[in-house]
Amino acid sequence: MNWFASVDPLYAHGTTGIVILIAIIKIVVGFASIMGAVTLMIWFERKAISKMQSRIGPQRWGPFGLLQTLADGIKLFFKEDLIPAEADRFVFKLAPYLSLVPALITFSIVPVGGTLHIAGHTVQLQIANPPMGILVMLAMSGISVYGVMLAGWASGSKYPLISSVRASAQMISYEAALGMTIVTIILATGSLSTHDIVTAQAHGIWHWNLIRLGIVPFVVFLIAITAELNRPPFDVVEAETELVGGFNTEYSSLRFALFYLAEFMNTITMSAILVTLFFGGPAGYVPPIHHFAWIFPILWFLGKTVAFAFSYIWFRAALPRFRYDQLMDLGWKRLIPLSLGWMLIVAGFLVNRWWGLSMIVTVIAGWFVLTRAYSLGADRTSGADSVLPEVGQRPTPSRLYRQRTTKGEK
Amino acid sequence: MLALSYALPSIIVFVASAALILTGAVGVITLKNPVHAALSLIMTLFGVAVAFIAQQADFLAAVQIIVYAGAIVVLFLFVIMFLGVDRREGVEVQPLVGQKTLALFGVVVTISGVVFMMARSHWVTGIPSLSGSKLANGAHNVNQLGTSVFTTYLFAFEATAALLIIAVVGAVLLARRERSTGEAQ
Repeated sequence: MNWFASVDPLYAHGTTGIVILIAIIKIVVGFASIMGAVTLMIWFERKAISKMQSRIGPQRWGPFGLLQTLADGIKLFFKEDLIPAEADRFVFKLAPYLSLVPALITFSIVPVGGTLHIAGHTVQLQIANPPMGILVMLAMSGISVYGVMLAGWASGSKYPLISSVRASAQMISYEAALGMTIVTIILATGSLSTHDIVTAQAHGIWHWNLIRLGIVPFVVFLIAITAELNRPPFDVVEAETELVGGFNTEYSSLRFALFYLAEFMNTITMSAILVTLFFGGPAGYVPPIHHFAWIFPILWFLGKTVAFAFSYIWFRAALPRFRYDQLMDLGWKRLIPLSLGWMLIVAGFLVNRWWGLSMIVTVIAGWFVLTRAYSLGADRTSGADSVLPEVGQRPTPSRLYRQRTTKGEK
Repeated sequence: MLALSYALPSIIVFVASAALILTGAVGVITLKNPVHAALSLIMTLFGVAVAFIAQQADFLAAVQIIVYAGAIVVLFLFVIMFLGVDRREGVEVQPLVGQKTLALFGVVVTISGVVFMMARSHWVTGIPSLSGSKLANGAHNVNQLGTSVFTTYLFAFEATAALLIIAVVGAVLLARRERSTGEAQ
């Protein structure tokens, strides 16, 4: 079938036994390496955070405490598996898998290296290269909402329910900005496939989407993806001081371990997606060494991914948590208009210079209109509260100051 | 006869997706708990996405998952959880008199119509390589869709967009109606 060959050169000579074997090996190696990476990531996060907070961190098991994650896993495995009396048993058991499986599937579209020649077959170093490419990542981040949402609901407990309502609202809000930046990248690349996105950036640092599209899509994407991951500073879902523990309060034993695993797996996968979309994936300098040149793209990819994984840890140590209304403001009022406007500008410049310039003018005009609308909305003294009582509306300090000063002038 | 015109893998894929779609659809109308019903709706949507991929409509499959499973059903669940209608039985009450009979009648009419149309008309479905190549001419999904949406069907597309905007603005206006100033302060 020609269609398969257009997706992956591995299937160009028909699907023989050796081709199926190569595909299975790719899947197994990919699964094993992401699992290994997750255990390392958990250790790395705990160790790095403890260094940043002047603590020692895990140190008992293995050199530098490397086996701590393994020990924790074994401990969780032998713990009692509790299901609350009020819980919806089926959904309660289903939810952890709904958050783990999307994380695994998303990793399968990440290109971790160049191509390899095994037994006369050309093998791409990525588990799958589907024609819908990066859309798989959007679809899976849509599905992973269910894991958090259903876990909180099925627990039959108040605080997890609040947490899951927060989580679902937050993840849907930031998905729009995420999709819009991905559209910008797809426009510039002209293809949905992650392999094409990476090869379009392979010719040096000036071709990386980070620089080619301007820095703005990268910044928007980084913020949106951090919110999508529910990681600090966007972790209102797991705000311990308000919610006891978060959506997984009622979970114990292996099911809790699955949530824990999914969270860190998502962090690694999203770092890898960031590298793929904006930093050229495995692109980088390859020294002319025979037979081992294929290893350098993988090293480049790993290096870039670790840098981002570290930056997530850094966020967690350095930034205080957003308040829930600030989080919604940032998502709807800042990021979505910004990413939409930038997408229009990039699309305009892809057609020709005059369209690009006119798009810039349009976006600036739109920005003025929006700013005016926001300030009108912020300064209003009546109305617009017929649905919800005024409990949740907490004015920011700057807005309070503005209201007081304008009243003083009158 | 079936085995002659279709390869075994495509039969397996079709049977699997059909089983997903039907199980989910039956679940939506039979399950008492609204959350469980929403979950089986997701199952149906996944089955439809698998069927799309089997017909090489990859973009449609991805959009199906992103929009329907990723956003719309999440909103359904959001409303169900927020309003707390879950687990409360209101299913036994019939708001309209004789609605079960009417529903049965509707189902019979729809199914017989679909069967009649399947027997009479010639649709572009069937073996993926046939149905794909008839429209594609080697172009990718997104290219084909984009070209037809922004050239042939431009008016319908823009009209739909305008309709959706009007609906959204209207919904916001209805939900956030102004109070009179004296009442608010």
